[in-house]
Amino acid sequence: MEQFLQQIASGLANGAIYACVALALVMIYVSTDHINFAQGEMAMFSTYISWQLMSWGMSFWVAFALTVIISFAMGVLIERLILRPLHNAPVLSIIVVFIGLLAIFNSMAGAFWSYLIKEFPSPFPKSDFGIAGVIGPHQLGVVLITLIVLGLLFVFFRYTPLGLAMRAAAQNPQSARLVGVRVDWMLALGWGLAASVGAVAGIMVAHIVYLEPNMMGGILLYAFASALVGGISNPAGAVAGGFIVGILENMVAYAGNQLEKATGIYIIGNGEKLTVALIIVIFVLTVKPAGLFGRVVVKRV
Amino acid sequence: MAALLEVSGLKAFYGQTQSLYDVAFDIPMGGITTLLGANGAGKTTTLRAICNMVRTDGTIRFDGKNIRGMATEEIVRQRIAHVPEGRGTFTTLTVDENLRIAAYTRKDKQAVKDELERVFVYFPRLKERIQQQAGTLSGGEQQMLAIARALMLKPRLMLLDEPSFGLAPLIVLEIFRILRRINEEEKVSILLVEQNAALALDLATHAYVLETGKVVMSGPSDVVKNDENVRKSYLGY
Repeated sequence: MEQFLQQIASGLANGAIYACVALALVMIYVSTDHINFAQGEMAMFSTYISWQLMSWGMSFWVAFALTVIISFAMGVLIERLILRPLHNAPVLSIIVVFIGLLAIFNSMAGAFWSYLIKEFPSPFPKSDFGIAGVIGPHQLGVVLITLIVLGLLFVFFRYTPLGLAMRAAAQNPQSARLVGVRVDWMLALGWGLAASVGAVAGIMVAHIVYLEPNMMGGILLYAFASALVGGISNPAGAVAGGFIVGILENMVAYAGNQLEKATGIYIIGNGEKLTVALIIVIFVLTVKPAGLFGRVVVKRV
Repeated sequence: MAALLEVSGLKAFYGQTQSLYDVAFDIPMGGITTLLGANGAGKTTTLRAICNMVRTDGTIRFDGKNIRGMATEEIVRQRIAHVPEGRGTFTTLTVDENLRIAAYTRKDKQAVKDELERVFVYFPRLKERIQQQAGTLSGGEQQMLAIARALMLKPRLMLLDEPSFGLAPLIVLEIFRILRRINEEEKVSILLVEQNAALALDLATHAYVLETGKVVMSGPSDVVKNDENVRKSYLGY
């Protein structure tokens, strides 16, 4: 039983990370109809920035805050400088740019900080934190931080005029322009926010997966899966999808382990987690193509 | 009467295709002007050209200032409100949000609240639906929402693209009555594009007739109404 709870808890912690990255993907998707393949590498790069700041002597939380701000600026700049000129470009050109960004960030991180795996600290105290035996302090911290970030984003989008303007710009750019919303800037802001949320995810996960240029590769896949499961155009769905995928992958591995213990036959284990997660995604999409919480988009022709 | 909007030599292009040829017209301050014309004559394009939503050439002066080539959102901030073809509802936002978005740059919260109340005087039905998702409103209510949203911009000029489109005759009459009140009480000048020429000529003080991207006739609406060609082509008697 305790092991079962542990698996759920660690699924929640992983899910929180997937939820953040999935949300970053969705934020850009709803306003541009594109999936930013470089989202994971941007988060990884941000994580390196925070590592660098810490190695210059800053405390974890100062570096964390500064990194979130720097990442925001980085996101805005990428949109303004690289994607702005491609506004009317065909989808494939934009995809190529995303893949290019992915490669650029990956190799820049390698060039600046080398490909050697680095340890990344956890800001959460080792003792008196977490629920003994079930969830570790870092895992609990990750879930808490994620919930705070998600809560802040929710309040921002739901209750502030700027958040409203961003939602309007994403939903109907032309109408938004007609009420005086500077839609181009809203897109850039969206990129900034997505980069910031990604940075939070990167910094939180680095303690678990260790810091290296390819650390976000698998996570981006999971996040993409989460976003699809939740409904790619639904931010709340993406978050739910993140937690669902996180828990699901652990449950599958757990069930496989139990089965092996009981029968001695190895069918499935930790190694197949990603495969199983993706199979489940394919299954969900076959049965419910718009995702669990997505809406079917009807196009008038 | 001084002209609020002066358009001259206006050309508009969709890609390589030119769809307006030297269109010229004035909109008097405080008046209601209508643009008539068959499908494809360039009525919608003219409205879109004013707000720089198509590629244009020529001059468009608003209150003496050339606004041609300004970004759409900046033109809107000069207090030109455009109620687009198809209403442009933010379907997933609530009625309240649809209205507030038009005031999002304004700092004064009380002023925005007062503004909302003022708009609800014209559209009491929207007040009843304030927390409803705008996409669930009826067509007539969405058209009202679009006009109300435009009103939230405190416009000096309102551009209306076929407000009667797809609506029941009674609703259309109601909307046109409200437009007249807005014109009189809010001192908003109106440029109205309409398929329903009879209705438009009743409301408007001035009329222009467009044919294949050119102005072919203009004058006070009484005169235009009695013109034989207009009667035959647009009024059907």
